[in-house]
Amino acid sequence: MSAEPSQSVRPSAQLASGTPKLQGSAQIEKDSILSVRDVTVGFGNKLILDGLDLDVVRGEILGFVGGSGTGKSVLMRTILGLNKKRRGSIEVFGRNMDTATEGEMTMVRRRWGVLFQQGALFSSLTVKQNIQVPMREHLHLSQRLMDELAILKLDLVGLNPDAADKFPSELSGGMIKRASLARALALDPDLVFLDEPTSGLDPIGAAAFDGLIGQLSKTLGLTVYMVTHDLDSLASVCNRIAVLGDKKVLAIGTLDEMMKNDHPWIESYFRGERALRRV
Amino acid sequence: MAFKENSTAPTLEMSAEGDVPCLRLAGDWVINRLTDCEAVLADAKVPGEGRVRLDLSGLSGLDTSGAWVLHRFRGAQEFNGRRVQFDGLDDKRAILFEELEKHHPAVLKSEKHSYSLADMMEAWGRNAIEAMRDGLAMLHILGSLGAVLAAILVQPKRLRSVSAAVQFERTCIGAVPIVMLMSFLIGVIISQQGGFYLRQFGADLYVVDLAGVLVLREIGVILTAIMVAGRSGSAITAEIGAMRMREEVDALHVIGMQVTEVLILPRVLALMLAVPVLTFLSDIASLFGAGLVAWAYLDINPQPFMTRLQETVTVQTFVVGLIKAPFMALIVGLIASVEGLKVGGSAESLGKRTTMAVVKAIFLVIVVDGIFAVFFAAIGV
Repeated sequence: MSAEPSQSVRPSAQLASGTPKLQGSAQIEKDSILSVRDVTVGFGNKLILDGLDLDVVRGEILGFVGGSGTGKSVLMRTILGLNKKRRGSIEVFGRNMDTATEGEMTMVRRRWGVLFQQGALFSSLTVKQNIQVPMREHLHLSQRLMDELAILKLDLVGLNPDAADKFPSELSGGMIKRASLARALALDPDLVFLDEPTSGLDPIGAAAFDGLIGQLSKTLGLTVYMVTHDLDSLASVCNRIAVLGDKKVLAIGTLDEMMKNDHPWIESYFRGERALRRV
Repeated sequence: MAFKENSTAPTLEMSAEGDVPCLRLAGDWVINRLTDCEAVLADAKVPGEGRVRLDLSGLSGLDTSGAWVLHRFRGAQEFNGRRVQFDGLDDKRAILFEELEKHHPAVLKSEKHSYSLADMMEAWGRNAIEAMRDGLAMLHILGSLGAVLAAILVQPKRLRSVSAAVQFERTCIGAVPIVMLMSFLIGVIISQQGGFYLRQFGADLYVVDLAGVLVLREIGVILTAIMVAGRSGSAITAEIGAMRMREEVDALHVIGMQVTEVLILPRVLALMLAVPVLTFLSDIASLFGAGLVAWAYLDINPQPFMTRLQETVTVQTFVVGLIKAPFMALIVGLIASVEGLKVGGSAESLGKRTTMAVVKAIFLVIVVDGIFAVFFAAIGV
């Protein structure tokens, strides 16, 4: 586990207050697992993101918030290479995504996992086969081992093994989210992208989901990039929070720093009536 | 860490402290080395009985998959009566093993499918019942269309004319070039092939009878119906099927709108208007192609071609062909709608239903044409 962050295991309540290690921009740049520089994305003559910079540090859980239509999903899709950017560079695991060779890109894709908002499970495959898709594509494992790993991952995300042989159309929304997370975790990735992981889950399920992500991050040094609107998630598991607005990252920092920020949108998000009732 | 790009091979070294055998593990126990990990553990022959120590302090990498293989090894050893102890774990790895302990996967039994004669007969039976249900579903939709049409006669506002017009544009105007081109080519082929044989009897001119009657009575309408089944039938199934997958059809129900009125009637109506128009255009294109070949290949000039055509072909011949067109359209539209409504949740079922819609529609178009032929023969037309 040489590449793991040296922070020790902390109870999740302290997670929100951040770590001293994350302070200082030089340190952040050195440890960054994903760095976005001056990225500009637009459709037609409308700019969605304009000169955006972002660093995600190895081992952290970064929560990403922003109003509807500010381009949170666009940014995530751009990082994943699903949208074209007009300007700027994106480095994942220290590799520039524009200049990486196909082999390097395959390496990067093996090391990240993605949970799409709607789950994006392959509808013609069972849940078990869905989880095994990345294993089959990238590794040569015995069927027995793949079955065991698939059931293990299912169990980890809190799904009953009975769900393994079901098709996605037979699952509820929350189960699809979990199965999809299991697929994202199939190759034990270093970096996972989660697009609204807890939306559509009941509060107990959402809390378990948060707990799972925190646990994985602690034990495996998993880095998490999470687009979310769930204030509970932001408060309980996220080390840092980034706010997207005005085509840029408006602010990035711990929850405490966000609470002190007096940008109107940030203020109403974190200190609005709804937020204060919960935090 | 998980997927290391330069991982080192997992190794296992046997040693003993006192009478307790100790397995010293090193290297990366991660998912891309998992086959090696499995092999290393399978080759390990643990001496003696009783306690075994596994020294894990030398591991340079460990993820859930590697931990699972170790956990499984421990399980197998303990089943054989040994006590296995993991040493040299730091806090994080200890938590990882604790988590695995909590999430021990149950052994999965997947259903085995056997094939036997009884299963085959069962499948036939199911298919027969399925075919009967299809027929009933078509009758159901036909009846419901009738009811909706009656309601529209009372309240003309309920007809979704814009929707029907859009559908007409797609199914009719969009199909004109391909239907006319195909009919033209078929006309050329009939005229050329017919002419080739008729010339041997010196009966060149009869190619006009052949092409005229064949095209107007049968070929024009059948070709058009097949083309529409492939083009618009598949589109209707895919549209309605995709709406079913995304629960749009259910939303219509809940809002209190009738699927037949909103989705099916405009499409079927547009098809029933479009196919006669397309058939007429197809007839013209085929006759034009036939005339062109007769002129170039059989030296029958346009003037005698037209005269002969007027002598042999009556309005009745033309009407016999054209009257079949709305029925063909109705069949294509009904089958496409029924299949579309049968789509389940998966992309696979959408593809299957679309294929079935086209196959069934083309088959039934030909069956219905046969029934019409028998009917017309019986009434002496």
